[in-house]
Parts: sequence; C-alpha cells; structure tokens
Amino acid sequence: MAENKKPLLKAEDVSEVFGGLKAVADFNFYINRGELIGLIGPNGAGKTTIFNLITGVYVPTTGEILLDGESIVGQKPYEITQRGIARTFQNIRLFSELSVLDNVKIAYHCHVKYNLLETVLRMGRYFGEEDEITQESLKLLKIFKLDEHAHEVAKNLPYGAQRRLEIARALAAKPKLLLLDEPAAGMNPQETHELMEMIRWIRKQFDLTVLLIEHDMSLVMGICERIYVLEYGMIIAEGTPAEIQNNPEVIRAYLGTETVN
Amino acid sequence: MNSIRKRDLAMLIFGLILYGAIQGMISEKIIGSFWQLNIILICVNVIMAVSLNLINGYTGQFSLGHAGFMAVGAYVGVVATVNFQLPLIAALILGALCAGALGFLIGLPTLRLRGDYLAIATLGLGEIIRIVIMNIEYVGGAAGFKGIPHLTNFTWVFFTMLFTLFFIKNFVNSSHGRACIAIRENEIAAEAMGVNTTKYKVMAFTIGAAFAGIAGGLFAHQFYLISPNSFTFLSSFNYLIMVVLGGMGSITGSIAGAFVVTFISAALASFPEARMIIYALALILLMFYRPQGLFGYMEVTNFAPIKKLLDKISGNKGV
Amino acid sequence: MDFFHQLIQQLINGVSLGSIYALIALGYTMIYGIIKLINFAHGDIYMVGAYLGFFGVTAAGLPILPALLISMFVTGCLGMVVEKLAYKPLRHAPRISILITAIGVSFFLEYTGMYFVTPTPRTFPDVMGNISFDVAGFIINGQQVLIFAITIILMALLTYIVQKTKLGKAMRAASFDTETAQLMGVDSDKVISMTFFIGSSLAAAAGVLVGVYYNTIDPLMGIMPGLKAFVAAVLGGIGILPGAVVGGIILGVIEALVAGFLSSTFRDAAAFAILILVLLVKPSGLFGKNTNEKV
Ligand SMILES: Nc1ncnc2c1ncn2[C@@H]1O[C@H](COP(=O)(O)OP(=O)(O)O)[C@@H](O)[C@H]1O
Ligand SMILES: [Mg+2]
Repeated sequence: MAENKKPLLKAEDVSEVFGGLKAVADFNFYINRGELIGLIGPNGAGKTTIFNLITGVYVPTTGEILLDGESIVGQKPYEITQRGIARTFQNIRLFSELSVLDNVKIAYHCHVKYNLLETVLRMGRYFGEEDEITQESLKLLKIFKLDEHAHEVAKNLPYGAQRRLEIARALAAKPKLLLLDEPAAGMNPQETHELMEMIRWIRKQFDLTVLLIEHDMSLVMGICERIYVLEYGMIIAEGTPAEIQNNPEVIRAYLGTETVN
Repeated sequence: MNSIRKRDLAMLIFGLILYGAIQGMISEKIIGSFWQLNIILICVNVIMAVSLNLINGYTGQFSLGHAGFMAVGAYVGVVATVNFQLPLIAALILGALCAGALGFLIGLPTLRLRGDYLAIATLGLGEIIRIVIMNIEYVGGAAGFKGIPHLTNFTWVFFTMLFTLFFIKNFVNSSHGRACIAIRENEIAAEAMGVNTTKYKVMAFTIGAAFAGIAGGLFAHQFYLISPNSFTFLSSFNYLIMVVLGGMGSITGSIAGAFVVTFISAALASFPEARMIIYALALILLMFYRPQGLFGYMEVTNFAPIKKLLDKISGNKGV
Repeated sequence: MDFFHQLIQQLINGVSLGSIYALIALGYTMIYGIIKLINFAHGDIYMVGAYLGFFGVTAAGLPILPALLISMFVTGCLGMVVEKLAYKPLRHAPRISILITAIGVSFFLEYTGMYFVTPTPRTFPDVMGNISFDVAGFIINGQQVLIFAITIILMALLTYIVQKTKLGKAMRAASFDTETAQLMGVDSDKVISMTFFIGSSLAAAAGVLVGVYYNTIDPLMGIMPGLKAFVAAVLGGIGILPGAVVGGIILGVIEALVAGFLSSTFRDAAAFAILILVLLVKPSGLFGKNTNEKV
C-alpha cells in the first residue's frame, strides 16, 4: 500500500545551534510505520537534542520535521504529544513525589473528555472515564511489573523500575511513535535483557513505531531493524545492525572508543 | 465508583453536623460576639488559603498577590450591594467574576515567569491593584468604603466555604487537577505528557483568584468599613503562611493552617506586642522542625482510622 | 519654575532616593546571588541600622560619621547572627521554607524592635545644618551631598572588595556555583556569613542616610523600601551588583518623576509596574543573561 510507504516521521536538513555550537547539523532521517530504529553515537553527539527537536522542546534553527507528511515544527511539546509522539527522558523526569499510579494516570490527560463542569460537580462522564483511566493504568503497570508498587511514591522506586515507569507513562499517552532515550542506562544485564523483551512485546501489542537511543550495544543490535550513527551532530552511517557493526567509520568513532576505554 | 459519592456524602453530613453545632452555640449565646467574628474570619481565611493552595501548593506557581484579588472581590461586592442594592449572592458572584477575570488577564502574561520572579511580579501586581483602588474616589479612596451593610453571617461563610472546599477537592482529584500537579512536579515532563502547561497554570490562577474574590465579598460585608490597607502584601504573606503551615498541596492542611493562624492571633489579641513576636518565632520554629507543614501532602481522609471509617460508611472494600 | 528646571530638580531628588535603594538592593542581590533567598528581613535590617544611627547621634551624642560606622558594624554583625541562627539550619531545605523563615525573621525584627523603641516615629536630629548648594540654579541640599558621597565611597569600597580581595573572589565563585566553589576549597559558610555582614552593613548605611534625609524613622519603615530594593535588584538582574545599583537609581528616578509630575499616590504603583514590564520583556532583568534549562 502506498499509504504505508510514506514515512511516519521524517526530518529534512534539521540543524540546531546553541550559541556557537552546532549540536545537530543537517540531520536527515525517516522512520516508517512499525519500524524499530536505533540512534547511537558517543556522548554529546546530539542524540537527545534530536529527541528534543522532534518533541518540540527545542525549535530547529533550520529544517523541517514532518509527522505523517505534516510539519510539526513550531508546535508546543503538548501538541506534539497529542498528535501521537511520546517520549522518555535520559535524565529521568518522573513526577517524583506522586504515586506510581498517578504518574501513569497523568499521561492519559489528552484523552480525557469530561469537562470542568463535570469535574467539579462530579457528574456526566467523570466517573466512567476516571474508572477507565485507573483500570488501564493498572494494566500498564502490570505489563511493566510495577503493579505491586502502584501506591508507592515514584522517587522511592529502584532505578531500573523508575526507567520502566517512564516507559509505562509514555505509553499511557497512547502514542503512534515512542521515543526512548537510553532506557537501559543504569540497568544490569539481566534487567536490560528483560527490557529488550518488553520493548519487543509492547511494540507488537500497541502497534508502535519506536525510535531508541541506547549505549548498550547488545540491546541496540538485538532489537533494532535499522540504525543511525551520529557523531558531532552529523550522521556518519546508516544501515542494518550487521552493516553498522562492520562499518569502519563507526568502529573508529563509536565502537572504537568503547574498546579503547 | 459509587463509593466516592458516598464518601462525599459522608463529608457533607459531617459538615452539616458541624454547622448545626456551631450555629446552635451561636444562637444560644454560648459563643460570644468576639469568637463569632473569629469563626467567620476562620471560614473566610479557609477560602483564601485553599484557593491560594490551588495555585501555590498544587500547581507549584509562587503567587504572592492573593490579597489583591480579595480586594477586587471586596470592592466589587460592596459597590454591588451599596450602590446597586443587589443581594449578597449577586455581590459574591460579581466579585468572583471580576477577580477571576483579572486573574486571567494578569495570569496570561505573568505565568511565563518562574519561581521567585513570579513571586515578586505577583506581589507587585497585588500592590498595584491596591494602589489603584486607593485612587478611585468612587469607592472612597484611601479612606476606605463606608456604610457597608452587615450581610455576612456564619451561615453564609460556612456554606460558601463548604462549596469552595468541594469545588477545589473535586478539581484536584481529576485529570485537570492532575495536570496542575504534574506542572508542580516537573513542568517539562508534564508538557511531554500532553499537558498544556500554560492553560492549566492560568486556569489554576483564575480559579484561585475567583475564590479569593468570593472571600473578599464575604469579608467586606462583615464590617462597616473596608479600606485598601486591609489588602496589602502583608496579608498575602499571611495567607501564604496558612498554606505552608498546613502543608502545600493538602486541603486539610489549608483548613488547619487558616484555623491555627486565625485562632492564635485571636487568642493573643489581648497581648498585641507579644503577639507578633510569638507568631514570628512560631513560624521560624515550624520551618525548622516541620518544613512540610502540619499535613504535608496528606489529607485527613488518608489517615488510617479515618480512612477505615469512611470506607465502612461508603461500603468500599479497599483497593 | 519651568518644566525643564523642575525635571532636573526631580532627577536630583530621584538619584538621592535611588542611591538609598541601591545600597539596600546591593545586599539583597548579594544574598540572593549566594543562597537564592529573597531575604524579606533585609528591609528590617535597614530599619535596625537607622535606629542604631539614631541612638548613636542622640543618646551617645556622636557626630554622624562615627555613628554611621558603628551602626554599619553592629548591623553587619546582626545580619551574620540572623543568617547563623535562622537561615543556616535550612541550607538544604526547600526554598519556600527559607522564604517563610525570612518572613518570620522580618516580623520578629519589626515587632521586637517595636517592643523596645515603641511604635512612635522618632525625629532624626538635623546633622547637616541648613547647608545647601546652588548649582546653576538647582538646589542640592547637604543631606543629598552626604548621600551621594557615602554611596559613592561605599560602592567603590564594595567594588574593591569584590574585584580585588580573596574574599571577593570567593564570593563571586560561590555565587556562581556554591557546590563547585566548595570543592575548590572555598569555605562557603564563611563566605555566606561575610556576604550577610557586608549586605547588612550597606543596608544600615542606607537606613542612617534615610534618617538624615527624611528626618523620621519608625519600626515599620523597612517594609516598603525593602520591597522596593528587591524590585530594584530584580530590575537590574538579580545577583548582579552593578545591576542593583542601576536598578536602584532607575527606581528612585521614576518614583521622583511620578511623584513630581503625576501624583505621589501612584509612586509605588509605578515602581511595580516598571518591574512587571521589565520582567515580561526580559525576565532576567536589565543586566541578566537568559538561561534555559537543558532537557
Ligand atoms: N539547551 C542546551 N544549551 C546549550 N547546549 C546544549 C543544550 N542541549 C544540548 N546542548 C549541547 O549539545 C550537544 C549535544 O548534546 P546531547 O544531545 O545531549 O548529546 P547526546 O544525547 O548525544 O549525549 C552537547 O554538546 C550539549 O552540551
Ligand atoms: Mg543524551
């Protein structure tokens, strides 16, 4: 089908300049519906900045970002979330004083239909929707093995669980495209492996397209279908995991530094 | 979700019993006019504190201009009853609308500011409102507005307070309220979860201002005269103190804070010099030993025995 | 008097008032810069300074300059004590707790002050006599000359301390980044203490000068100027010393112009209106740099 061939998200010549620093330079990329794509590169390469550009946290200095063929440049982050892009944060940004359950419930926000009057008078759609939100949130928590912690305060969760909660929360926004920023950071190999299975599973279950930033090579090579490699804000390679692993540029820039250190 | 309704009903019945008890004591003259006045002030202050809590405690926006909105409600209210002979309810509604509209107009540009900058800007706006009122001869200028009919009584303030409490409680326990709380917790994450942070900041500010307007209307009709000096930034500090004392982000806390502050200053009324010194020391010590306030984020309904009781009443089998 | 003449005269008055705001604002901005606290008690420190100067001149019969110096020293120490007792224990507490504590300290100073000196305003003795200078038809009185002279000397001294001494370097380092400064061997407790000393003694100087200028002092005199000085600090860009001075002077001039040409009742409103305009156009103040949070 021609419709499906059109990329879900496309970036055209996107650049972002901070002061004098070009954090992202002429970035071109696309991701098709249903794909699971990896974005790798050394620290400071500009990966997180790309997420911030896609989600509207930063506005590109130049270039276009198209979701389903429509420009999303200049839209506010919440508008972009409403259009179906959700993300996690590299430096975890949970609602740390709130319960695990409330963290997830908040993310249903853009799907709530009851209005202010129904809220304060507790009538109409209020009870039905609230009930539904709670049930769905608990289901999500169960998928991420967090249901037992539902009523704990988010900041008291172990690190790995906080990362999983970030993903659960992003899914509650019911996105088409999920952006994961180093979801395995700080996890042990066992947790990382479980995370990999989880990402595979939710992708199928929720019919997701996933863009993943990750340093853990076993994870990236294990689940990504295509990989972009970034260095100094520029793409230096693109291809399947096998191609990337054998690309001399990549070995020099990225894998090289890892083996040397 | 019938259990929530039953819990609301239980709380409403508790409120009515409390009302009956106090009203009875007032009618039987067990409570004299001094304490009657202070009970009325407590109710007015509860409205002020809980509405400020919506802005400062739940939404995490640091407002120091709450007294300004109270002033708007008070002056609009007295003009409505004195100059236009409207009934009190109309005066309260008009006061709420004007204060809310002003809150909306001010909030829209101002709430881009953060933290201390927002605090000082709202403080300044509150003062500007007061100074502008001071320069309007129509409402008596600096000398104040005289000849206000004494329309406020315990029944009015108590039920208006009850309405305010239910309104704010229902608001914060909803997707709209969660959006506000998310802003307090992490604005960037809130935005990333689809919350229009500007809209909800302005909404919280507007609702808070409108209720401050209602409180102002009730306050004004308790006295023969009101003057702009009743609404300085020092009174805004006082409402902030009630909120922090009780616990930012707790409705129970705001009730307790308003009660404690009003009660203490009434109890110490006969020692005017010592009163403020004790108040100041109490404030400092409280911040040392219980910075989260009396209740923190907790509500009275979260405490185990009360929760059990409420669950029993509402037939909730736990979750 | 024609318009132009009156304008210049109001400017002179404005700069005098502004110098006083600037002295208070310097303390505000230094303290904010280093512990991120809106020290609402700063205006009351200024009040204490004014009273100490008053008693120095009246009870002790000192000339104005020694009275000023003693007041600055004692008030400086008071500032240090307040920090030690009230703010230091809350160094790692939420910002709102320290702010409420500052409000508490403010009330405490006001009402203990009132307890000791009674609420009645006192008349500051006329220490400058009836000197006044006529510069090309504009009147500058002795009090104004004193204000200008003291302000300039104190600012020069402060510039020297901040720019050239070890303490000043430590202060700058600590206000840039307290934790890093500490790692680099800056004793942040001592630096914070000294900041309070310097800031408070500048406020005391302002208090004494106000007494001399307006002749009257009272225990609640610190509330409005304290607030205005904070406005001045925000106007100039909080944490930035030259910003506080410029902010103070601008505020003083605007107030004098509004009072002189419109109505003195709108004086305070004008100050706040300017503040809000500046914040909306450039939230970091005239001299501040905009910072954005890295996500
Ligand atoms: N808000 C910002 N202001 C200034 N520089 C930034 C900002 N955000 C990112 N940078 C810079 O852009 C570069 C890329 O950062 P980032 O995207 O976080 O890298 P990565 O995620 O690949 O490790 C870094 O040099 C970083 O310091
Ligand atoms: Mg990154």
